[in-house]
Amino acid sequence: MAEPTGPRQVRLKLPASPEDIARLELGCVVYLDGVVYTAREGVYEKVLVKGEKLPDGLSEISNVNFHCSPAASRQADGSYAIGGVTATASFRFSKYMADWLDRTGTKIIIGKAGMPREDYQKVLAPRGAVYLTTVGYGTGALLGRGVKSVRDVHWLDELGIAQAMWMFEVENFGPFIVDSDLVGNSLFAQQGDLVNEKIALLYEGLKPPALHRYGETDDRKKEVM
Amino acid sequence: MIENATIEKAAYDVMTKAAIDIPNDYLEGIRGMVDLETGDLSAFVLKAMLDNYEAATEDRRPMCADTGLPRYWVKVGDNARFSGGFTGFERALRSATARATQDVPLRPNRVHPLWRTEHNNNIGINAPEVEWSFEPDADWIDVTTVHKGGLFGTDYRMLFPGDGLDGIKRFFLDTLIAFGKRGLACQPAIVGVGIGGSKDTCMQLGKQAACLRAVGDRNPDPKIAELEMELKELGNSIGMGAMGFIGSSMVVDCHIEVGFTHTGGMPVSVHTFCLSSRRATARIHADGSIAYRSDPQWFTPYMRRETIEWPSQQALDKSA
Repeated sequence: MAEPTGPRQVRLKLPASPEDIARLELGCVVYLDGVVYTAREGVYEKVLVKGEKLPDGLSEISNVNFHCSPAASRQADGSYAIGGVTATASFRFSKYMADWLDRTGTKIIIGKAGMPREDYQKVLAPRGAVYLTTVGYGTGALLGRGVKSVRDVHWLDELGIAQAMWMFEVENFGPFIVDSDLVGNSLFAQQGDLVNEKIALLYEGLKPPALHRYGETDDRKKEVM
Repeated sequence: MIENATIEKAAYDVMTKAAIDIPNDYLEGIRGMVDLETGDLSAFVLKAMLDNYEAATEDRRPMCADTGLPRYWVKVGDNARFSGGFTGFERALRSATARATQDVPLRPNRVHPLWRTEHNNNIGINAPEVEWSFEPDADWIDVTTVHKGGLFGTDYRMLFPGDGLDGIKRFFLDTLIAFGKRGLACQPAIVGVGIGGSKDTCMQLGKQAACLRAVGDRNPDPKIAELEMELKELGNSIGMGAMGFIGSSMVVDCHIEVGFTHTGGMPVSVHTFCLSSRRATARIHADGSIAYRSDPQWFTPYMRRETIEWPSQQALDKSA
């Protein structure tokens, strides 16, 4: 098996300091210690649209928002079993991010597949925030191992297990890959550009189909998001 | 006579096994790809996934938190007898799903599509889906489940006979490129291609081709088998690996299934079964014993038949 030659590995204590965040380089691999919280559309709607209050002291406890729905269940003794933990695709939450970062002071977003490319420069970088991507996707068992306990869970009854805000105490929680930096560069965007260079060649000699679909793009350099 | 409790046990067990243990054919497929992968990042991702399969099996925890939309494919032998009737069978499958959701645990993904309400047990209207098929000369029942994340990597297009193989290849590339970027399709994937049938059959065939055939399996029609290999190579020549990083690991294998279709059309569907290609099958024998495996063996010669008659049925008719 070819051993991975590249990525530098970093261990990060949470809440992450501005200096630590500034040192993260695109493509390096990160493991986390501290508290991360999950929030996705259910939580964003509750807080940003319906105006519900954030849990007390959120920003001191954690500045890491994980786009995640855990495979979890409530046990007879009231505790929670956390099985697999993986991310859900982040780009769908793009419209909430600016407000959410402003409201919570969150500095690290963890998710799947990154944000639309303009968000890095317009939304994340100006707020001192970066994006870490889960690997794979996803390394549910490895991340599940890194969750040491459930510190708290908010809105569980109203939003259900998948959409609730879980606060996980984590240790050596990873791997994640650094997707973006404070300048607004994105690894996904860079790699996508390199892939795009060769796409036209693939279609050479293949005649176009008789039927096109209304609204379909002919520019394959575009992303579907 | 197969008892309903045995059916429920088999269904519960395959839910657990699918969530935790990566099928060996897929594991070997990924190991083979790591050796060939030249992209550093893409290779790192594959290596991490191999670690993850190991961690899942060691810890007995789901390899991926998106345990998909739990569902079943059931194949009933002509001579199988079971005590609870078909509605009892379906009730056993629903009960097993709810118990496994709590115990494994599986993510309770199932919600009402409009009200987003849920029962926290993956049960609801039309959920879990149960697809039935039948097998001549058999007294067993096969219960298969698949856990597959559901949002990206699948598409459908109505092509026409004049579009030919070019049309299929273009659509294949379109789908893999669109959903391969950033790894939305969670590649490298087992890519299933459904060709023909009605529109809904076309989707179904492609899904089954992706999810219910093992890596390395070839369609019995030699020309279709050749097209499977050609599409696999085409996918791996895009230049994209795991997570959409530069690389070559896009398609672990390609499976094509066909169905007779409208004379004017050639509907095609493409489905990607992800880096956590999870499936498990239980065979319940007539004596109530259960044997587990990871290859569903869904597409039998009987399922791909072209004729009215089937040899064993002719024999049955004669003796009646």
